Amino acid sequence: MTQYDVELIDVTKEFPAKRQDGLVRAVDNVSLQIEAGEFFALLGPSGCGKTTTLRMIAGFEDTTSGQILIRGSAVQHIPPFHRPVNTVFQDYALFPHMTVIQNIMFGLEMEGVNKQEARKRAQEALELVRLPQVVNRKPRQLSGGQQQRVALARALVKKPAVLLLDEPLGALDLKLRQAMQYELKTMQKSLGITFIFVTHDQEEAMTMADRIAVMDQGKVLQVGKPEEIYEAPSTKFVADFIGETNFIKGHVGEIGEQFSTVQMDDKSAFKAVVGEDLHVSAGQEITVALRPEKLNLFRLKGTIEYEEGSTESAESYKAALLRDPNINLIRGTVKQAVYIGTDTRYVLRIAGNQDIVARIQNFGLRSDTVFEQDEVVNIFWNAENGRVLLQ
Amino acid sequence: MAAVERRKRRGEKQSGFLLALPALLWLTVFFLLPVFIVLIVSFMTRGRGGLAEMPFTLANYERVFDVFLIVIQNSLWIALLTTIICLVVGYPLAFFISTRQSSRTRTFALFMIMLPFWTNFLVRTYAIQSILGREGILNTFFQSMGFIIEPLRLLNTPEAVLIGLVYGFLPFMVLPIYASVERFDFRFVEAAHDLGANDIRAFLRVVFPLTLPGVIAGCILVFIPAIGAFVTPDLLGGTKGIMIGNLIQQQFRGSGNQPLGSALSIVLMAMVMLALLIYIRFGDQEG
Repeated sequence: MTQYDVELIDVTKEFPAKRQDGLVRAVDNVSLQIEAGEFFALLGPSGCGKTTTLRMIAGFEDTTSGQILIRGSAVQHIPPFHRPVNTVFQDYALFPHMTVIQNIMFGLEMEGVNKQEARKRAQEALELVRLPQVVNRKPRQLSGGQQQRVALARALVKKPAVLLLDEPLGALDLKLRQAMQYELKTMQKSLGITFIFVTHDQEEAMTMADRIAVMDQGKVLQVGKPEEIYEAPSTKFVADFIGETNFIKGHVGEIGEQFSTVQMDDKSAFKAVVGEDLHVSAGQEITVALRPEKLNLFRLKGTIEYEEGSTESAESYKAALLRDPNINLIRGTVKQAVYIGTDTRYVLRIAGNQDIVARIQNFGLRSDTVFEQDEVVNIFWNAENGRVLLQ
Repeated sequence: MAAVERRKRRGEKQSGFLLALPALLWLTVFFLLPVFIVLIVSFMTRGRGGLAEMPFTLANYERVFDVFLIVIQNSLWIALLTTIICLVVGYPLAFFISTRQSSRTRTFALFMIMLPFWTNFLVRTYAIQSILGREGILNTFFQSMGFIIEPLRLLNTPEAVLIGLVYGFLPFMVLPIYASVERFDFRFVEAAHDLGANDIRAFLRVVFPLTLPGVIAGCILVFIPAIGAFVTPDLLGGTKGIMIGNLIQQQFRGSGNQPLGSALSIVLMAMVMLALLIYIRFGDQEG
């Protein structure tokens, strides 16, 4: 049996409801396995239970039911000060009455490390976070980014089995946040410590995490690598929460091995992937998730220019596409075109008065990739990019 | 531009002075001036009816440190004990109140703390007298239960003074500590726990230092009135519990000795100033 660094088995947490009697279920039957050395993200909107989950691992909250194992041993009844985990708090929670070095030495002193040794190790930790010059300053004399580093050093100096980070970059401005994302990632890889971090920022989760657990309303909806979650979201919520997604409504037509067909209101149809664990029947109303950048557009008439300079008529281009059974091709009307630098964002009206978004990369001012308002265009995409979801 | 700025700022300074002017006038006439008079009188000679006369002398201070040193020491000791007991009783109480979840419970508890202020301090001290007296509630109760045969001497002891002072000044300890604990961010306790500190160490290393401003403010607010107290020792201490405040009162009442009373007052004031200096030194460290 593989031993995980952190394992949650059917963990539930209920709080007494504030306004009325009864209980609110903050975390609902969550099971997770986090491997040693993994950079793991708990991602979800506020109130989804991600922070409560983290706090239960740290020991600040009891579990209502279920088990939490850290390196194979159950920790439900072990107080936080005896767990081999350390936390980087959201607002850092640096002790304001202590200097930076005293803050970092605190955890070592609690272990009984002598002052001299503690000071030496604290100094090393400060160097690790590239902040050796602020030793004797008080936390309030530091910038947000510096405080963040001190909080990191204070937790890492304890050499925990697992480092917990609660929205670690939430209080930093964008530029600094991006820089810290890469730094944290690099640091985690070189230290080999398991990191579990909580964030509501999907981009941050995608950038740093090896695996992501997407949570909503106390439940884990999907666990997977960033690309799995992005490319193959299991629910509408996940698809919507991670990046921009089109949801096209339709009915299940023919159920096939690789692709099933989806019928639209105007009798046109396209193919999409039905996930293995999704059971649909013909005629059922479903939604198809389709990423805007997977869509391609071309004119009904005119010529297509290739990069090497050759051209092809739109009609023959279309005929060639239709020969490929995996290509979906429908028509839409351009309702809006917004130029956003690297690409242009088109809002297209398709069958059943549904609007979908396509992001088309800009090739300079090449006329065949720029479309006019109210122009009817061909939209095509590879069938494997559309995923059938319930509702 | 800079000149305009400067003029504007100077204008603000002046209006700030105007705001403080009534208080300054008040304090000058009714505080600084009397203190100055007391200081002068303390160096004068006792005359007819206990009033002050020329010439200037240091004899009053000699007597203060000679004859009354023991009373000063007692006063210091009782004030210190009062402060310590108030702290030991008041800190947990303040902590308990300020960590109640519902704001209604907190408000109610604070209301209960302040409730005694609705009645005159003198009346409350007489009430304690009737509890501790020879035929008081406590003695009657103990006798009826058969714990004791002869009534205990509770009243007119230094302990009775201590009880009265702690009772009277406890709210002054509780309120600033309450304010301090209420402002305290309990995530720091989580952080301490996270770093391996148990409850006791988290309290000693994090909670207590961060609520220290409230503790120091409370200690000052208890110590200063306690060391100058004269009603409580007069009513509860009798001759056994005499404090510096009683001495001063005696010197100014009837045909006492006003220069000696003034010297005692100045010494008392010096001790209070010392306490305040300690407060400024330690209380202002943490912002």
